[in-house]
Amino acid sequence: MSTVIIDGPNVTQGIQTGTEHHGHEHHEQHFIWKYIFSQDHKVIGRQFLVTGIIWAIIGALFSVFFRLQLGFPDQTFPIMEKFLGDWAKGGKLSPEFYYGLVTMHGTILVFFVLTAGLSGTFANILIPLQVGARDMASPFMNMLSYWFFFAASIFMFVSLFVQTGPASGGWTTYPPLSALKEASLGSGVGMDLWLISMSLFVVSSLLGGLNYVSTVLNMRTKGMTMTRMPLTIWALFFTAVLGILSFPVLFSGFVLLIFDRNFGTSFYLSEIFIGGKALPHIGGSAILYQHLFWFLGHPEVYIIMLPGMGMASEVLSNHSRKPIFGYFAMIISLVGITVLAFLVWAHHMFVTGMSPFLGSIFVLLTLLIAVPSAVKVFNWLTTMWRGNIRFTVAMLFAIGFVSMFISGGLTGIFLGNSALDIHLHDTYFVVAHFHIVMGVSAFMGMFAGIYHWFPKMFGRFMNNTLGYIHFFITFAGAYLIFWPMHYEGIAGMPRRYYDYSAWESYKQFISMNGFISIVAIIVFFAQLLFVYNFFVSIWRGRKVTVQNPWGSPTLEWTTPIKPGHGNWEGEIPEVYRWPYDYKDDGNGNDFIPQTTPLRPGEESH
Amino acid sequence: MSGFITIVLILLVFIIIYQIGKAGEYAAVLREEAKSKAATNRTIAWLLVAFFILGMYGIWKCNQLFEGKMLPPSASEQGVNYDSMFTVTLIVTGIVFFATQAVLFWFAFRYQSTEKRTAFYYPHNNKLEIIWTTVPAIAMAALVAIGLRNWLNVTSDAPKDANIVEVVGKQFNWLIRYPGKDGVLGKRDFRKINDATNILGLDWNDKDNMDDIIAQNGELHLVVNKPVKLIIGSRDVIHDVGLPHFRMKMDAVPGIVTTMWFTPRFTTTQMKEMTHNPDFVYEISCDQMCGKGHYSMRGTVIVETQAEYDAWMAKQQSYYAMNNAPAAPAAGAEQQEQKTDSVKAVTMK
Repeated sequence: MSTVIIDGPNVTQGIQTGTEHHGHEHHEQHFIWKYIFSQDHKVIGRQFLVTGIIWAIIGALFSVFFRLQLGFPDQTFPIMEKFLGDWAKGGKLSPEFYYGLVTMHGTILVFFVLTAGLSGTFANILIPLQVGARDMASPFMNMLSYWFFFAASIFMFVSLFVQTGPASGGWTTYPPLSALKEASLGSGVGMDLWLISMSLFVVSSLLGGLNYVSTVLNMRTKGMTMTRMPLTIWALFFTAVLGILSFPVLFSGFVLLIFDRNFGTSFYLSEIFIGGKALPHIGGSAILYQHLFWFLGHPEVYIIMLPGMGMASEVLSNHSRKPIFGYFAMIISLVGITVLAFLVWAHHMFVTGMSPFLGSIFVLLTLLIAVPSAVKVFNWLTTMWRGNIRFTVAMLFAIGFVSMFISGGLTGIFLGNSALDIHLHDTYFVVAHFHIVMGVSAFMGMFAGIYHWFPKMFGRFMNNTLGYIHFFITFAGAYLIFWPMHYEGIAGMPRRYYDYSAWESYKQFISMNGFISIVAIIVFFAQLLFVYNFFVSIWRGRKVTVQNPWGSPTLEWTTPIKPGHGNWEGEIPEVYRWPYDYKDDGNGNDFIPQTTPLRPGEESH
Repeated sequence: MSGFITIVLILLVFIIIYQIGKAGEYAAVLREEAKSKAATNRTIAWLLVAFFILGMYGIWKCNQLFEGKMLPPSASEQGVNYDSMFTVTLIVTGIVFFATQAVLFWFAFRYQSTEKRTAFYYPHNNKLEIIWTTVPAIAMAALVAIGLRNWLNVTSDAPKDANIVEVVGKQFNWLIRYPGKDGVLGKRDFRKINDATNILGLDWNDKDNMDDIIAQNGELHLVVNKPVKLIIGSRDVIHDVGLPHFRMKMDAVPGIVTTMWFTPRFTTTQMKEMTHNPDFVYEISCDQMCGKGHYSMRGTVIVETQAEYDAWMAKQQSYYAMNNAPAAPAAGAEQQEQKTDSVKAVTMK
């Protein structure tokens, strides 16, 4: 391997306080610079996490509201009127706002929680700590990345309160529906705010992604070759690469949409009669937007999945006290997934009337992606084989991650095969599939990460008992919610319907929808329990007393229990071995830290 | 007020649970940390086993619950292949699902931490990697082969003798146009649309339009065992013609003409008998989010015998006659070229 190794001592890239003071600098820094406009990657990571949690609560609450409508279409819930006012007059959700809620639920969870809240958090916290850097390549850009996300959040939040409601054309916001104010209430100001917000979000994502990539490539400590990086870093690295290459395409799609909406262009519009008159647009293609959207939209799925895969790998290995099985196979499969992620986008568009030949190519490439995914699953299973498994909360979530990933991945084999997708497209089968694989599974990976690295982030543990309750309710609840949806989808039940009572073909599922809604509400409260545990534990949790509570070989546990800006006091440690050396170190420990030199006669991995 | 009290109550419950949890942990630390940790570990391992068993029971129960609520056999010949392919895929993925989940939970239980156990240092095995790369690859290749055969079959060109019907979506209902006696759909232009008298913007200079019939109630009449080709369009936003009983679906995109064809196998009457449901009806659902009335964008399909179809068709009045009876078109020399245009419109892909 001919990788570049930066020789320490590393520099902090012109941070206002000198590097020689690290460890003491918190005495000098004002609160605003330390916690608000901080350039410390650990603080920025926590900012992403807390913002993500707040968004997750809002997004999940929305799902509770629309699940009430779906589960009990003939009843009223006066409590909704308290929250939503005129949108739920008399406790009955209006169809317009139902679609607004569905759209916001998707946008918030996909972008604000599982992109910014997930890779924003863990790329920031883990990359410098695990590769042995004092901070990101550009801490200032890193700070901007958060604040652009914050600005995006403000615009999205404001859009919830405008008179015509938020964007309501689904999280994919296909034109012409999203382009024409006459087509839907939510295509008014709400849609403009959505586009502004998402554009800012793209900027945030690019600033962050460029930083993550350059940090991983250039800022590794001495001895930290690429093949000695933990899989979390590999996964976060490819996540950033995916984002950098695909978000600009989404942005271009948004720019064209903004022009169509406001400046009379016809990129996506053609031959439309709406609101009692024929529009002048001719020659545009509504399908073009779908290509641009899904060119990000599909890699986005992996932007959501990869961090969870990386963290689950790390957590499974650590709590099984065994090296991850097939380290190189894991890296190669990540490469495979990353490359294929760019070549499968049109499988979201099999029924748009696309050329059957083109469809065939996308079928082939889509099912190909099952191979690296299968390799990962088998490697995780073998990692647990003959381990010495500690069921920490993080470990349970990692197991849950694998279980969910299997379940959701397998249903992808149905949907990726166009001949089956024709019938299953846009039914509840799709809803079940992507909620399990990139919703629940990604969340499980995220929870595993939060429970595992909470001690590093806050110097305290989260409460285990609450964690166990949280896990089992979430795990069981997720299956109870999404398993039945597969059946509904196979029976053809379309997604994004406000009410099924008038349909002879679907009305037999109303009682099942009620059941799903009840479980969804229970799961929602279990998540609030997590949020409560999270915030209370920051100040009241059991204190971490040892430097390396999980017995992990990786570098982040060689920092002080509460690392200051700059992470290590004194020199950055040098790395001599791979990150999964779970073997007897000769002193009664069952792991050897990466910073321990090879013993005489010992071979490097 | 009640909302506020609920929130306070929930918070109170959380505090209590948290305090109990915390107290429990401190008590464990006092008692002897290692011992209580081992006990917790054992409990969790058993809980995972219980979870797996209950999960399998749940799947069985779920199957029972949904039995009889699923779709009847495919109502189109093309959908028959879908049904068999679905079964094959279900078997393949089902085996993988049960095997991997069982292994996952079994390993978790079997290799739970005990005092005696030490983990087995086992970093890689290239032979295993090769096996579980090639086996899924072969399985996928087989599924792709079946899939592409069916896909190319479904998306192939319609037979020449297929009936032609146009389905146009608008917020929020389906407009169905039959070509009438001449079997040709006339030209239409979105600029000629008028909600009162010309709902599809038919060009009255095109004589092919004169006998076209439009059903505004979204009723699509088809002949059993006779292939039908749907010409699909949209007036405003993207819709999607979803025919779950026929296992068919196609987007309706403004400015673009899409098509799909299939052959119905059972008449509506036969289906009523097969499903033992006198209310049975083939439904057209809109499967692409199209605005606030998306969920109510319902059409129906009536599959009938040729005789029934002919009888029904004989009763229909052309859209032109219904709306333009007094004003005769300024037809004449123009008609010849209009005709060629209309052919183009119909065969456009």
